[in-house]
Amino acid sequence: MGQFDLGPLWLSAQLASVTVVLLLIIATPLAWWLAFTRARSRAVIEAVVALPLVLPPTVLGFYLLVLMGPASTIGGFWVALTDTTLTFSFAGLVVASVIYSFPFAVQPLQTAFESVGKAPLEAAATLGASPLQTFWRVASPLALRGYVSAIVLTFAHTLGEFGVVLMVGGNIPGSTRVVSIAIFEHVETIRYDQAHLLSAVLLIFSFCVLLVVYTLNRRVPVARVLG
Amino acid sequence: MTRLELDFAITRGDFELSVAAAIELAGTTAVFGPSGSGKTTLLRVVAGLDRPKRGRIVCGDVVWHDTPAHVPAYERRVGYVFQDGRLFAHMTVEGNLRFALRHARASGPITMRDAVAALDLDRLLERRPASLSGGEEQRVAIARALLTNPRLLVMDEPLSSLDTPRRREIAAYIERVPETFGVPILYVTHDIDEVIRLADRILLLSRGTVAAFGGVKEILERSDLWPLTGRLEAGSILEAVVVAHASGMTELSLDGQKLRMPQTTARAGEAVRLRVHARDVAIATQRPVRLSIRNAITARVDRIEVDETVYVELVLGIGTQSLRSRITREALEELELVRGQTVYALIKSVVLDEPLA
Repeated sequence: MGQFDLGPLWLSAQLASVTVVLLLIIATPLAWWLAFTRARSRAVIEAVVALPLVLPPTVLGFYLLVLMGPASTIGGFWVALTDTTLTFSFAGLVVASVIYSFPFAVQPLQTAFESVGKAPLEAAATLGASPLQTFWRVASPLALRGYVSAIVLTFAHTLGEFGVVLMVGGNIPGSTRVVSIAIFEHVETIRYDQAHLLSAVLLIFSFCVLLVVYTLNRRVPVARVLG
Repeated sequence: MTRLELDFAITRGDFELSVAAAIELAGTTAVFGPSGSGKTTLLRVVAGLDRPKRGRIVCGDVVWHDTPAHVPAYERRVGYVFQDGRLFAHMTVEGNLRFALRHARASGPITMRDAVAALDLDRLLERRPASLSGGEEQRVAIARALLTNPRLLVMDEPLSSLDTPRRREIAAYIERVPETFGVPILYVTHDIDEVIRLADRILLLSRGTVAAFGGVKEILERSDLWPLTGRLEAGSILEAVVVAHASGMTELSLDGQKLRMPQTTARAGEAVRLRVHARDVAIATQRPVRLSIRNAITARVDRIEVDETVYVELVLGIGTQSLRSRITREALEELELVRGQTVYALIKSVVLDEPLA
């Protein structure tokens, strides 16, 4: 029995937290637009948003690797900016996670905004509230269940990602060696005690997360997100 | 008095609403018309919730819309009472009222205390909207709209989701708003009884255009508008003053003539509006004696309207007011009625304008 290395757990938690924060900022306006627009392009955008749900993580990871590699425009720009590569770095993992977990943030928020509907927003406008005030004081609190769903699901999903991370991040301790990669490596090197510990933590955590979601959030169809 | 100038067109699918009217906002103006005539759309355009495809809307000296310029709903100060209340479910009643105070675009004379008192909300303040009855919800919605100190209150069938006793109760609150708070009302309804009870003027809509605008009495008595206002229901509207209550009866003065009806809740000295169906008015050429009908009003035959049916309608002048009577053609011939003749109008039943039952 060697030392238990909890570093990967900590790294995964950091990655998931950063991803959740970024996703809420990016997904909220998009989910709002999807919920209320009558534009024809809506179906196209919805399909693109849902892509990570059906694409094999390795496919997604492959494209991200190509897009973020130092030879590409984006990757090259990042190297010029930070002197480090985007691939095989924590920043690269964040980008990949945001894309990989995108539908898990957008869909619950969109559903929540749709169920809030226009009615309370119009009422708020006739009471003198600006669109931003209406968003903060009416739409957001009414869509709270959607936010809880989005936060919990993106956090859990990011924690559990493997294929994309492996493709984009590799296995660098303290930087890209997240918990799922660590478990894989422990199994490869036949250190089942370590694998057991980390797996059990993830199993219990995931169960608790889903329990919270289903308890708090019976009305927003989580099933739609989980496929 | 504020003047609301409307001159706009808006398309909703196949339907086009095209309105050109100038309304002096005072008291309550009913927006009346059959369903699909564009009543709600008109309100939404006035409130700024829907944007006309072209046109100009001016309220007092403020231009609300002059395509493409557009003042958004939240800057118009138009209080909106929706059909379904639309209270914020995540706030208490008090939270809903405070929301209005907090976002009001102008300070004005209406305070929390006034609104709570006028709509009897004291005991509801801590409640959540989900626990309120339909009537309570509408009372909160009205108070909430008033707390923004609006230039104008628009109401979209606020009684339609309520049962009859509740309607009567909420109507009594709405009736007091223009006088108590000095806020004019635009009131959408398709119920003529609500118009008679609550409105001073009617904006009559038909198939997306304004068919008529004027005083309630004047509009309801125009026979050319009967297809829209409902002929039988129009009958006549009479204005009378309550003189006294005695032994279960209320005595009214109709241009100096006595009229008695079963006791009402109206106070002595109060002006009331009466509705009389033409079929409830019989005619005698001599003052009748020993008759069960208690109300015999002296009137003058102003007009005799004959159509192809067996009935004729007489328009009788009583002072400055007019009363319609529906009798058979046979009776007309037998009584030898002519224009200008003085007759006795026997009014079998009178409905005071509490007809929301």
